[in-house]
Amino acid sequence: MKEVRYVITDPLGIHARPAGILVRTLKQFKSSAVLFKGDVNVDMKALMKLMGLGIKQGDAILVRIEGEDEDSCAAALEKELKDNL
Amino acid sequence: MQVATGKSVLNGIAIGKIKVYKAPKVEIDASIISDTEKELERFENARQKAIEQQNALYEKALLDAGEDSAMVFMVHAEMLDDEDLIDATREIITKQKHSAEYATKVAFDNQAKVFASMDDEYMKNRDADIYDIQQAILNVLFGISNDAMQGTEPAILVAKDLTPSETVKLDKSLLLGIITKEGSLNSHTAILARSMGIPALVQCAEASEDWDGKEGIIDGYNHCAYVEPTPDLHQTLKKKQDEDLKKKALLEELKGKDNTTIDGRTIKVYANIGGPSDIGLVQQNDAGGVGLFRSEFVYLNSKDYPTEEEQFQSYRLAVETLAPKQVIIRTCDIGADKQVDYMDMKKEENPALGVRAIRICLTRKEFFKTQLRALLRASAYGNLGIMFPMIISARELRECKEILEECRQELLQKNVSIGEFSIGVMIETPAAVMIADELAAECDFFSIGTNDLTQYTLAIDRQNAGLDPFLDTHHPAILREIKMTIDAGHRHNTWVGICGELGADPSLTETFVRMGVDELSVNPVSILPLRKIIRGLDLRNEPKDASQ
Repeated sequence: MKEVRYVITDPLGIHARPAGILVRTLKQFKSSAVLFKGDVNVDMKALMKLMGLGIKQGDAILVRIEGEDEDSCAAALEKELKDNL
Repeated sequence: MQVATGKSVLNGIAIGKIKVYKAPKVEIDASIISDTEKELERFENARQKAIEQQNALYEKALLDAGEDSAMVFMVHAEMLDDEDLIDATREIITKQKHSAEYATKVAFDNQAKVFASMDDEYMKNRDADIYDIQQAILNVLFGISNDAMQGTEPAILVAKDLTPSETVKLDKSLLLGIITKEGSLNSHTAILARSMGIPALVQCAEASEDWDGKEGIIDGYNHCAYVEPTPDLHQTLKKKQDEDLKKKALLEELKGKDNTTIDGRTIKVYANIGGPSDIGLVQQNDAGGVGLFRSEFVYLNSKDYPTEEEQFQSYRLAVETLAPKQVIIRTCDIGADKQVDYMDMKKEENPALGVRAIRICLTRKEFFKTQLRALLRASAYGNLGIMFPMIISARELRECKEILEECRQELLQKNVSIGEFSIGVMIETPAAVMIADELAAECDFFSIGTNDLTQYTLAIDRQNAGLDPFLDTHHPAILREIKMTIDAGHRHNTWVGICGELGADPSLTETFVRMGVDELSVNPVSILPLRKIIRGLDLRNEPKDASQ
């Protein structure tokens, strides 16, 4: 299992476009990923739920990635987080 | 003949048959069905088809409008692939035994309501995306094609409103003009129409389905549309349209070319704009950047002090859309002839010489800081210039810079990203001209505001038409002030532009270029005519203007 921690810097938070990018990136891998914000968590493939969390600028998130390609998956998600959020 | 009014997106004329763009009325049947397997399969096929369509729209928008505009369709494709939404729809089919159409309607409506009820302003509006993809699936299920709605002849489309998908799907070769009952000048449709140069009228309340098939004219200059126009009017507007087309063809050739004189000197030609709704005009007229973004609109269009977030969104939109082109935003310039109630300003004997622009900002520091924070945040998205108006002393400029730095530190402490930006000063008082050397040493650029500079130099109120006999807009004092400012700027590596009305005066272009001006910022429609003049200049020849 791999973990990625990130603090959102984008002023709009996790809005539609970056959420779509995260989901699309994750789907390229066999691993599954769960995103935690405080007490709540969602399957990161679930776009509507991800957008529904209303994650804002300054929020700290944790992504837990599990699967045979978890190393490369974690690296790819971390890159997209940094590039888009 | 019927005359209808609205808000015009573009100065232009469209003439042709009206086609009412409307999805055929469909009834969604709520009755119980027996063959749930078949409905599941119909839903799945329609969903796959809708995803293919969104992916195709992404490719199309990428070419038509660029990656930023196209991303919405990638997100739509992912939304159509959302497990929860799919499960919810399938459940309505299998458990409640309803048709694919009915299930799509209910499940997607529910998801839209979830977004609409969120407390985040941005997320609230995502319900429109859900309705858009819902429509995409329903259109497949009902076998409604886009061609049927747009027709096969060139026409002026009349619609209640158009979604981003609908706008991108339109066959541009058949699109003469657009009239919508709703929509705003900032909507996706308006921006697209503007960038494609298609006359469009939004918020046209009188738009009616009865217009289908009738002759129509959109007169973008006068913000109105005519249905079944009289032959006289038709002829007059047709002539105007022909003139426009000729002019456009001539100027079209200049797009993408440099503003370089025959002997090789290049000038920046930027646009003056009044708000994000003018972004399309900037692109359409091929401006090199924005030399004056008047931020007054955020104050004048508001009933109370605009928040940092509201301002940030407007500035970001302009800076991000136009990146990497430079966008110079002038800080609040209200006061004098531009008043707002909520500011609660004292009545003045002589407002032109009173508490206005930077003087308000420096006396109401928190008010100023709200705008500066919004600007700093926007700087992360492109190439921003921040410009201070009505500066008369180096001390004022230093004070502005100190407050700006204070805001920057505050934002950095909160981990907010800030990009590079440049700082400039409006030169619009004789005092600023006299001390231009000191000011130049402390900023990156100057922009000469010739309207105020003229009024303050000649002591002539520009609102008073009775003074016209005394007003010489080409007064040697003004021209010398401009020259002095340019020279002072260049002594300190500060580039100098002109953003007042004189900048667009074609009879002075040669004079300004010879003076060494670096930039001219003008009304977007003056950009290409100015480019034409600049490209025809040869500074090796004798000056044409006697004032040199």
